[in-house]
Amino acid sequence: MDINDLRSLFTVLVFGAFIGIVAWAYSSKRKQAFDEAARLPLDDDEPASQENAVGQKHN
Amino acid sequence: MQSQATYNYKVVRQFAVMTVIWGIVGMLVGVIIAAQLVWPELNAAEWLSYGRLRPLHTNAVIFAFGGCALFATSFYVVQRTCHTTLFAPGLATFIFWGWQIVIVLAAITLPLGITSGKEYAELEWPIDILITVIWVAYAVVFFGTIGTRKTPHIYVANWFYGAFIIAVALLHIFNSAAIPVTLTKSYSAYAGVQDAMIQWWYGHNAVGFFLTAAFLGMMYYFVPKQAQRPIYSYRLSVVHFWALIFTYMWAGPHHLHYTALPDWTQSIGMVFSLILLAPSWGGMINGIMTLSGAWHKLRDDPILKFLITSLSFYGMSTFEGPMMSIKTVNALSHYTDWTVGHVHSGALGWVAMITIGSIYYLIPRLFGKAEMYSVKLINVHFWLATLGTVLYIAALWISGVMQGLMWRATNADGTLTYSFVESVKASYPFWTIRVVGGVLFLTGMCLMAYNMYKTIASGRAVDDAPVIAPAHAHAH
Repeated sequence: MDINDLRSLFTVLVFGAFIGIVAWAYSSKRKQAFDEAARLPLDDDEPASQENAVGQKHN
Repeated sequence: MQSQATYNYKVVRQFAVMTVIWGIVGMLVGVIIAAQLVWPELNAAEWLSYGRLRPLHTNAVIFAFGGCALFATSFYVVQRTCHTTLFAPGLATFIFWGWQIVIVLAAITLPLGITSGKEYAELEWPIDILITVIWVAYAVVFFGTIGTRKTPHIYVANWFYGAFIIAVALLHIFNSAAIPVTLTKSYSAYAGVQDAMIQWWYGHNAVGFFLTAAFLGMMYYFVPKQAQRPIYSYRLSVVHFWALIFTYMWAGPHHLHYTALPDWTQSIGMVFSLILLAPSWGGMINGIMTLSGAWHKLRDDPILKFLITSLSFYGMSTFEGPMMSIKTVNALSHYTDWTVGHVHSGALGWVAMITIGSIYYLIPRLFGKAEMYSVKLINVHFWLATLGTVLYIAALWISGVMQGLMWRATNADGTLTYSFVESVKASYPFWTIRVVGGVLFLTGMCLMAYNMYKTIASGRAVDDAPVIAPAHAHAH
């Protein structure tokens, strides 16, 4: 087995890892956690304070 | 307001203001060198000549304008989405001043002709070492903040910023490896075609991680924020993140088509560049579709216009890029203005526009105002920027294809139809249109500086924004 076999093997492994990531991301078990994660930037708004309503003029 | 901790806005503020200032400087140099192509008499002095100023322009817009924007937004986003204050604030101060020193050193050495000659990595070895030290500090502050987060999950924007920090460290160290001869001169540690390949492995990943991944991090925070809607598909963001990471590293050889680089390496570069279309469009679709059902917001929100238009240009240039990496297309486009036009559709359309939108979002929040001094001026800026970009890239598409066709044209007896200088002559009208496009874009940046100044003048530096406890119940 020379280094090029290892290189080919690595490519296959990385591809397998990517397929694994896709399966993991799209599994229904992850749905709720991802929905919560997607709200992270929206849930960081200030409570009523001097900065309230910043930039929300158009709502 | 359970905790007394406050967000560290100081370093964000410093970098945000410098983003606008360096943006004007970098784009002004761009307009000057564009004008030098049309009016060569403008090459007034040695240190003002095109060859010296061109690397100054690229370094200023990428690392001074783009770099400051990334420091500002990453430090803001990582604090807000991790619900914690910045880790090691002293180091953050060092990063700000250190980075400004790097920029000033670049502005001095490049016009003096002190350069290592590697594109986008021209700075000589002492400056490279300073960059390395600053970058390590950046990694400590950023990942330290993530390490002290109050949320279980690391929001996707931080993944993109994190990948950018790690990849740029790797690229910078390997590509800048050199043997110093004097304080201002060094020679690359690599030779021949290996040197070229490492240079373009660096060069293309500077595009991939500095100018793409990091600005996608910006997109994943500021687009949902400004649209007031969560990202279209979080799953897609995870998948296209990893696809981008796995693929970008291999695309560099397309910069060396038809050179001494082995043919198979060129083909690998081409194939991976074509694959890159998928993860790139994943990000574009995810950003634009976030507005799905709320398109009306685009009508009267100029900040959102900047953000969404930037994604359109991102989609356009990441379609164009893979097409240009196809060897037969590249045979026409390589070394012509088409490449320069392509770069600017990404640089002006994507990188600058998403930055401008994000900075317009940040400035009022950092200076205790409800919004910018003039929303109308943001709108004027938007149209100047869009028109400037379109003029620029359309002009260079035409001149690029024209140059490619003229260079390859042969007569029946096999001799060249045109001499090189004939193609230069034919390019003048398009280079003039490019100057107009650049001036429009620069004018927009000047309006932004005025708008920023008026906002800051009537505002106050916000240093008491309390760290918000993470919300677990979503009663929004």
